[in-house]
Amino acid sequence: MKKVVVCIGSSCHLKGSRQVVERLQELIAQHDLKEEVELQGTFCMGNCQKGVCVKVNETLFSVSPETVDSFFQKEVMGK
Amino acid sequence: MKKFDTQVQYLKYKVLREVAGKAWDDTLYEKILDIPKIIIPGPTPTTRCCIYKERAIVEERIKIAMGGDKSNPNVIEVIDLACDECPVAGYEVTDVCRGCLAHRCQDACKKDAIYFDHNQKAHIDKSKCVECGKCSAVCPYGAIVNFKRPCEKSCKVKAISMGPNKAAKIDNDKCISCGSCVYQCPFGAIMDKSYIINVIDILKKSQHNQKYKTYAVVAPSISSQFVHAKLGQVISGIKELGFFTVVEAALGADMVAYKETQELIEKGFLTSSCCPAFVMYIKKNFPKLVEHISHNLSPAAEIAKYIKETDPTAKVIFIGPCTAKKAEFQQEIQKQYVDSILTFEELQALFDSKDLDIYSLPEDVLDNASYYGRIFARSGGLTDAVKQALIELGRTDFEVKPVVCNGIEECRMALLKVGKIDIGNFIEGMACVGGCIAGAGCLTHGEKNKAEVDKYGMEAYEKTIQDAIKVLKK
Repeated sequence: MKKVVVCIGSSCHLKGSRQVVERLQELIAQHDLKEEVELQGTFCMGNCQKGVCVKVNETLFSVSPETVDSFFQKEVMGK
Repeated sequence: MKKFDTQVQYLKYKVLREVAGKAWDDTLYEKILDIPKIIIPGPTPTTRCCIYKERAIVEERIKIAMGGDKSNPNVIEVIDLACDECPVAGYEVTDVCRGCLAHRCQDACKKDAIYFDHNQKAHIDKSKCVECGKCSAVCPYGAIVNFKRPCEKSCKVKAISMGPNKAAKIDNDKCISCGSCVYQCPFGAIMDKSYIINVIDILKKSQHNQKYKTYAVVAPSISSQFVHAKLGQVISGIKELGFFTVVEAALGADMVAYKETQELIEKGFLTSSCCPAFVMYIKKNFPKLVEHISHNLSPAAEIAKYIKETDPTAKVIFIGPCTAKKAEFQQEIQKQYVDSILTFEELQALFDSKDLDIYSLPEDVLDNASYYGRIFARSGGLTDAVKQALIELGRTDFEVKPVVCNGIEECRMALLKVGKIDIGNFIEGMACVGGCIAGAGCLTHGEKNKAEVDKYGMEAYEKTIQDAIKVLKK
């Protein structure tokens, strides 16, 4: 089970966390990963300058609506 | 720089600031007796007969700033000593009466209570007068004045009367903790209990958010409050105080708008649940209508619940304009989500207790909610949000017939009609005239506040309710 937490605090929200969440939801559904990946939101990870902050099992990544696909391939699907 | 509407608020603020300042450096119990002298240095009295009475009143204010009388369940308390025992004469003819010929006052009086002396000057026979005010309304000179106590005049639920010691007395069975008397008493004799020390304690024990994280949930009416600072600077200030992050209560409002709309469709008739004073009013005065109160949590509790689901050790402090909220969070159901409450007045005191100059801070951002969640702060906002939610839910077949009640008097009028005549199917009740932007815990209560909230709503990054709450779905 992979836990993917997306920051939905103000700063990340303005950088597109909604788009990131929506795309991740789509991708999870597409790859039929609902049982393997748990998607969660949280307010602020204390790394606002690196937004949109996304944590995969406690490892922090910086994602944007443009890079969400490659991030998913590499970090969620890959490992 | 003017921060408050009245000197009463300023005095209350000074007490809160001193108490908070000493609570931060753990010297409150050691230096508590110094506070009255700091605030009333003397030697000349400024507001009362002598500095000793002034200091004694400050002592009472300190008590309320530290949580007040624990044996009194009401969050609104009277300071007997500070009550000036205003006369309770009711309608009186003043010297302005010119002894005219028209005698409109007499014609207007249905109780035959007006009589005239040999100079044609009017007098009121108090044994007949019912204090209806009709004579006052028709006098061309405005010579008939109502000498009702300001606290009683402000209390539309008639919970305030004169007690046996002549000081104001609050009937807890009627009081809805809206705080209008707190704001209206010219002597500052009624105050809302403060949990500012409790908040400082939560912040300190978090050890800079290491032990647990403290979240501030701010009400959308904040946009009209700190007029000389940018909202972003206020957000920076809140974080400087030690809060981990700031979240909009308006996002909770977006969530509530969706749920409440679905509940309305299901039940067919609903009264809103976001104004705690309105909910309390129904419970105390219209027990038969309690079943129609929306079962949704208030927006603040809704978002606090979500925060605690994502971060189970989190502490959540609501910062808003409302004194009734202080009563709401004492209830078991709310208590599990909201850990403490601050008003905007108390937030200002907290900033200044740390000598925090918010005007010099960089601007942070605050953006979680949609336009609709943000306009909950003013009367009519919730109804607009429900209409929008119906569209977004694709349920335009359901016709919402809203009754927007602006202020507790309008709420009363609407509730009296329920079940008797068809008034509509959704009652939006706000105890304060104008909505939350006119709450008793506000720093300012200006005309421009509605425009400020609408502007703040328009600035929201998300334009629809659905977009705002999409991020919350798993």
